[in-house]
Order: sequence, then structure tokens, then C-alpha cells
Amino acid sequence: MNSRSRWPVVVVGLLVGASAFPFYWAIVSSFTPEARLFQAPSLVPTNLVLDHYRALFTERNFWVPIRNSLVVAGATTAFCVTIGALCAYALARLQFRGKSMLLGFILAVSMFPQISVVPPLYLVLRSLHLINTYPGLVLPYLTFAMPLTVWLLVGFFRQLPPELEEAAMVDGASRLRAFREIIVPLALPGLATTAILTFVYSWNEFLFALSFTLGPERQTVPVAIALFRGQYQVPWGQILAAALVATAPVALLVLAFQRRIVQGLTAGAVKG
Amino acid sequence: MRPAEPAAGLEREEARVAWRLVLPALGTIVLVALFPLMWTLWESVHLHDLRMPWLGRPFVGVDNYLEALRDPRFWSALAHTLLFTVTSVGLELGLGLGLALAMNRGFRGRGVVRAAVLIPWAIPTVVSALLWRFMFDGQTGIANAVLVNLGVLRAPHVWFIHAWSAWVPVILADVWKTTPFVALLLLAGLQNIDPSLYEAARIDGAGAWRQFRYVTLPLLAPAILVALIFRTLDAFRVFDLIYVLTGGGPGTSTEPLALYTFNALLQNLRFGYGSALSVIVFGITFALALLYIRLLGADLVGGKR
Repeated sequence: MNSRSRWPVVVVGLLVGASAFPFYWAIVSSFTPEARLFQAPSLVPTNLVLDHYRALFTERNFWVPIRNSLVVAGATTAFCVTIGALCAYALARLQFRGKSMLLGFILAVSMFPQISVVPPLYLVLRSLHLINTYPGLVLPYLTFAMPLTVWLLVGFFRQLPPELEEAAMVDGASRLRAFREIIVPLALPGLATTAILTFVYSWNEFLFALSFTLGPERQTVPVAIALFRGQYQVPWGQILAAALVATAPVALLVLAFQRRIVQGLTAGAVKG
Repeated sequence: MRPAEPAAGLEREEARVAWRLVLPALGTIVLVALFPLMWTLWESVHLHDLRMPWLGRPFVGVDNYLEALRDPRFWSALAHTLLFTVTSVGLELGLGLGLALAMNRGFRGRGVVRAAVLIPWAIPTVVSALLWRFMFDGQTGIANAVLVNLGVLRAPHVWFIHAWSAWVPVILADVWKTTPFVALLLLAGLQNIDPSLYEAARIDGAGAWRQFRYVTLPLLAPAILVALIFRTLDAFRVFDLIYVLTGGGPGTSTEPLALYTFNALLQNLRFGYGSALSVIVFGITFALALLYIRLLGADLVGGKR
């Protein structure tokens, strides 16, 4: 093959352009006055205003869904990474019967369609008066977050050299001490990456948040945006501003950790 | 036999520690996922209508399933789900493979490319649905403007009032969001291929197409399969994207199974029937997942390098 051929550059350029354009258009539009949004769109912005962002935080109380999402996604992540790390350590580095069956079970649960557990979760949460509460969202979120966390962490723990704990145990440390004092510090980047991915998945979740909340006081960001309504027409300017505000934290986290995230995501999936 | 004993003791000790570590996470998963799933199964063989609590919850056998099989809306929801899955996954794999091959050539600016790949994948599906809804909205959205300017359309088209054209932004939004990610999975597979194989193929006189056909494709097959199955399972349970983009409309002409099930449960409060629909979604997904584990699971689950 001609190694100087141009097509890869063209294809990749198209990819970057196609990925970026909807964002570019949303950003431009979120600064455009409502009245001009659908009048002969022009690709080059003129007359930009901050109205939509201002309205978002003054009229719409957009702080509330942001706070809700932070609480729910944060609590889910903290719980899953703590408990999941113990489980993943055992699955990655200890020998015991039933291990591969457990891994298979966790993988299978991570593929559950969310809708298949909505009916009982709704009934349970209703009878415990947990509909429209934070625990009423964190509990359902564990169904997808826990298997995801364990699965990613197993991948990260396996990458550490196997001699680590052996050396520690020769020195007389117990398994648990070896875990706490040697594995955890070395696996910190992996733990951080897992935490970010779990947080992102929880932040983005829609079906459970839609099913188990009733009003704006506990709605998460995706639900709040999806249910945005204007009095007479769709308030596109505000919707786009909200969508961009919802995207910003996720985009920043992912950009900061992109190399490790790619590593973690592809490690589980590609094993020749 | 003597030296074996302490070793066996150590193994037992290790197993005991392992189970203690596994238990909290495993218990959580059983409690929040496995137990509710069993409950859905139980609920699906009962009549349970939250709007009519006086009926109680009588056992009705497979009646709910029979109702689904006789329900034209169920069959069209299934057809919509299959249409969406086959079209979007097909496009994503085809385009993703092309992209992966392009990205596998060395070039500058890998960081930019990785960002372009990861951000659409990482943002909430609700957001991507809204971005595409906005671009296709009304008569004066940017999509209409561009298509009319390019001469593809003679006049602006109102995309969301016709069943066939409402699928266009739905499929485009899904392809936009996940193709780069598929490309990333396939790229990781490509990078595992030993370059000396291409060398050998070239010496044997194989051209670009034959190298692709006889070296790249066979060696990439496992990665393609993984991407295929992950995407299929994901596409099959599509909910967020369609809920926000079309709401299943016009009418119910873009309603997928998960959305129909959601409506049966939380709009009509028919928990027995909705649970039967949930079980059907689960059953189909589970069959696909089994196929997956069958095809390359031993390797994946065993974690052999």
C-alpha cells in the first residue's frame, strides 16, 4: 500500500468535523436570541447573547437538577468503587472455586436491559416511600453501576504484576494488608478511571431517573432537560444551553482522562 | 503428601478471604438486580393494574404473554426495534471499520482524534437526541437549510410528521454517537495484528484488497464480533434516544419495545402486562448475550491472555 496516501487523513478529518459540528451548532445557537433561531440559519454567528444561560439559572432553577445529579451520581460512584474494589481484587488476584462463574454472572447482569427491572423496583420504592428521593435513585443505579465497576476494576487489577502481593506476604503481611498498602496505591489511576466512568454512566442515566422521580425537586439533569417545556413553543435556546451545561462536566472529565479511559474500555473487550 | 497439606490449607484460607471480599458487591447485585428480575417474572403471570387496586393481583398464567402476541402494537414495536438495531448497528460497524483502518495509519494529532471519538460517546444520550432534534426541527432547521442549498431537497421537509423520515434523525443520531466508539474498539484490535504478516503477504504479491481480505479481516474477527454484540444489545434496548427525539411518534410509528413497555408500566400502570413485555425484552437480550458468551465468552470470562 502507498504509505503516503491521503485517504486516512481525509477520513479522519471528516470524522473530527462530523463529531464536532453538532456541538458547534448547539453552542452558536445557545447564544443566539430565540427570535432568530429559526430565521434563515447562518453558519457564522452574529449578535450573540447570554440570555438563555441567564434564564436557565434564574427562571429555571437549573441548579436543582445539577445538585440532584451530583448527589445521586456521586453517592452511586462512591459506594460502587469502594465495595466493587474489594470484589474485583478477589476476582482478579485470588484463586477460588466458582470464580469464572462469578465473572460470567457479573458480565451477564451488566447486560440486563434496564426496563426489565423497572416494574419491581417501582413497586418496592413505592411501598418504602422512596419514589422521588435520592436513595430511590441510588438503589436502582447500583443495578448497572456495580457490575460495570467490578468489571472495569478486574481489568485494571489484572494489569499489575503478580509478584507484588507475594513479595508483601513474604514480609509477613496478610492478604488484606497487601491489598490496602500495595495494590490500592498502585491501582489508583485505574480506580480513578473507573470512578469517572461510573460517574459518567450515572450522570447520563435516563430511564430510571424518569421512572422513579415525580417532579422537578428530585429530577436529574437529563430528565430535566428532556422535559423542558415552554409556555407556547419549544424553548430551544434554553434547551441547548442546558444540554451544553449538562455535557460540560462529562466532557471535561473524559478529556482529562482520555488515554486511560480508552485503555480501560478496550481492555475488557479485545483479547485476541 | 505431607508438604501438600499446608498448601491446601493456604488455598482454603485464600478462598475464604476471597469470598468475604466478593460478598458485599455480590450481595448488592443479587439484591438490586437478580431479585427484582425474578419479581418481574412473577409479576408477569399475574393481573396487576395499579389503576384498579380492587382487583388485587390474581394469577393469570400466560395470559399477559398471549395478550402481547395478539397485540399489533407489540409486533410493530418489535419490528421498529429490529429495524433500528439492524440499520444502526450495520452502519456503525461498516463506518467504524473504515475509520479504524484510517486511524491505524500513523499521523499527527492523535489527541484531537481521540477527543473527537470520546466526547460524543460520553455525553448523555438525551443531549445527543436533543442536538439532532434541533438540527432537524421545523422547516427552517439547519438540516433543511443545508439539504436545500446542496440541492438534495427541492423544498424544506418536515421530518417528524412522516414515519419514514422521523427515522432519519434517529438513526443519524445513533450513528453519530457510537460509530467513533466502535472504531476505537476495532482500532485496538487492529493494533494487535502483527505487522510482519502484512510484510509476508506483500512478498507473496498480495495487493491492498487481498491483504485486507486475508490478513486483516480474519484476525480482526474477534474484535468485530465483540463490537457487534455490544452494539446489538445496546441498540435492542433503545429508549432514551427515541423518547427524546420522536417520543415514539408520529403516533406510535417509531416506538421501540422498551418505550412501549415503559408506557404500559408507567403511563397505563398495567404492571402485569408491562412485566410480561419486560420479560420478553429481557429474554431476547439474554438469548443474544448467550450467543455472545458462546462465541467468545470462555476467553473473555476466563481472562486468559
